[in-house]
Amino acid sequence: MAIRDRLSGNEAVAVAMRQINPDVVAAFPITPSTEVPQYFSAFVANGKVDTEFVPVESEHSAMSACIGAEAAGARTMTATSANGLALMWEMLYIAASSRLPIVLAAVNRALSGPININNDHSDTMGARDSGWIQLYGETNQEAYDNMLMAVRIAEHPDVMLPVMNCFDGFITSHAVENIELLEDDAVKAFVGDYKPEHCLMDQDCPIAVGPLDTVAHYFEHKRQQAEAMKNAKKIILEVSAEFEKLTGRKYGLFEEYKMEDAEIAMVVINSTAGTAKFVIDGLRDKGVKAGLVKIRVFRPFPVDELVAALSKVKAIAVMDKADSFNAAGGPLFTDITSALYGRADGIKVVNYIYGLGGRDVKTDDLAFVFDELQEIAKTGKVKSVYNYLGVRE
Amino acid sequence: MNKKILDPAVTWKEITPGGTISDAGNAHEFKTGDWRSDRPVWLSDKCKQCLLCVPVCPDSSILVVDGKRTDFDFDHCKGCGICAKACPFGAIEMKEEE
Repeated sequence: MAIRDRLSGNEAVAVAMRQINPDVVAAFPITPSTEVPQYFSAFVANGKVDTEFVPVESEHSAMSACIGAEAAGARTMTATSANGLALMWEMLYIAASSRLPIVLAAVNRALSGPININNDHSDTMGARDSGWIQLYGETNQEAYDNMLMAVRIAEHPDVMLPVMNCFDGFITSHAVENIELLEDDAVKAFVGDYKPEHCLMDQDCPIAVGPLDTVAHYFEHKRQQAEAMKNAKKIILEVSAEFEKLTGRKYGLFEEYKMEDAEIAMVVINSTAGTAKFVIDGLRDKGVKAGLVKIRVFRPFPVDELVAALSKVKAIAVMDKADSFNAAGGPLFTDITSALYGRADGIKVVNYIYGLGGRDVKTDDLAFVFDELQEIAKTGKVKSVYNYLGVRE
Repeated sequence: MNKKILDPAVTWKEITPGGTISDAGNAHEFKTGDWRSDRPVWLSDKCKQCLLCVPVCPDSSILVVDGKRTDFDFDHCKGCGICAKACPFGAIEMKEEE
């Protein structure tokens, strides 16, 4: 029997970690992710978990400790946000290329500067090429569920890559929502034991981790890493299907909302999807065929599946809560347009940079975007591809 | 893990994940001799077999058999020249590698 509760996103993720009972958690506090290790350290202090909690002096050290622990054969987790993630940067790449299935709760916050503690996606979007799998969640429930599934995805022998469980700072991390938790035993059975094929603590089979990789071998390792990321898509779907059997909650690579007959569509990540669904419901009442694609899996990027979902619409607005500063469009926009190129040509695609530094995203803002999409669908003309939404002009 | 020699012909499908090295003591398999730009030449007629050169070699490339040094292990000698400096008898000369 599932447990009904009401928890903030951070608390829900910390509860997931308690139920997973990892071997090691190494973390350093930073708003808005602080509560994750804070709640978790209380579980440690109260003997609710067997975890070795390492209160490090920086995020660089946090990720370094996670790498050491995971290489030793320990199931390892951490949490961070924004500049904390930035300070981990060097080690993020080392975790991924060393094929260490660490799970990181990445509570999305604007990356300084100017310094700002509120939500956008500039932190994890910057880490999109670090080799980590990135899952995104709209609600506290999704943040909790993704945390449980992340362990299974990361540790799968065909994957062996670290996973970021990304959700919006404050909006998701601090707001309290109704949530359905699994029983502790059910989580224990779902995640199972971590038994890596090789690890440093295996004295019968000694290995060395992280050696110099010269010209003769580095390229082959990168090719192998790319294959693991390709494999991840299938494994994510398998783990999600198993999770659905357990909970009834269905997860794919992305969520489609009223896309069956949609003529205009919005593509969005994380909590803004809720606002967009509300706006779409209003438009549908007026007979406007609007739909939504909410990205769950951003790395690996589900190219073929997204093309299939979007290929029948006339106009698409891709919403980016981070700019790439390439003077052309945000990271999700460039990936979506790359996916469509040569596979579904002729669809008008526009980009809106929105909500940076925690700027509120209101229903009126998204209604404006759908108005623009209707106009584009009608006329076939795009006034401006790369736009800022909700900024004072 | 079975001992794997990751020679330069290894494919991405066979290489160990993350560059993990199996088994201990396999640095021997990694031939570093081609890094050398200067080559030590052992002049055995001048050598008194004092063995002062042996412990200073950072690459353990001076092999001792039955208490006597033999010629260099050129698979691993990087040509640093420390042995030539350490030799009191001028029995090791550094020559430019061809």
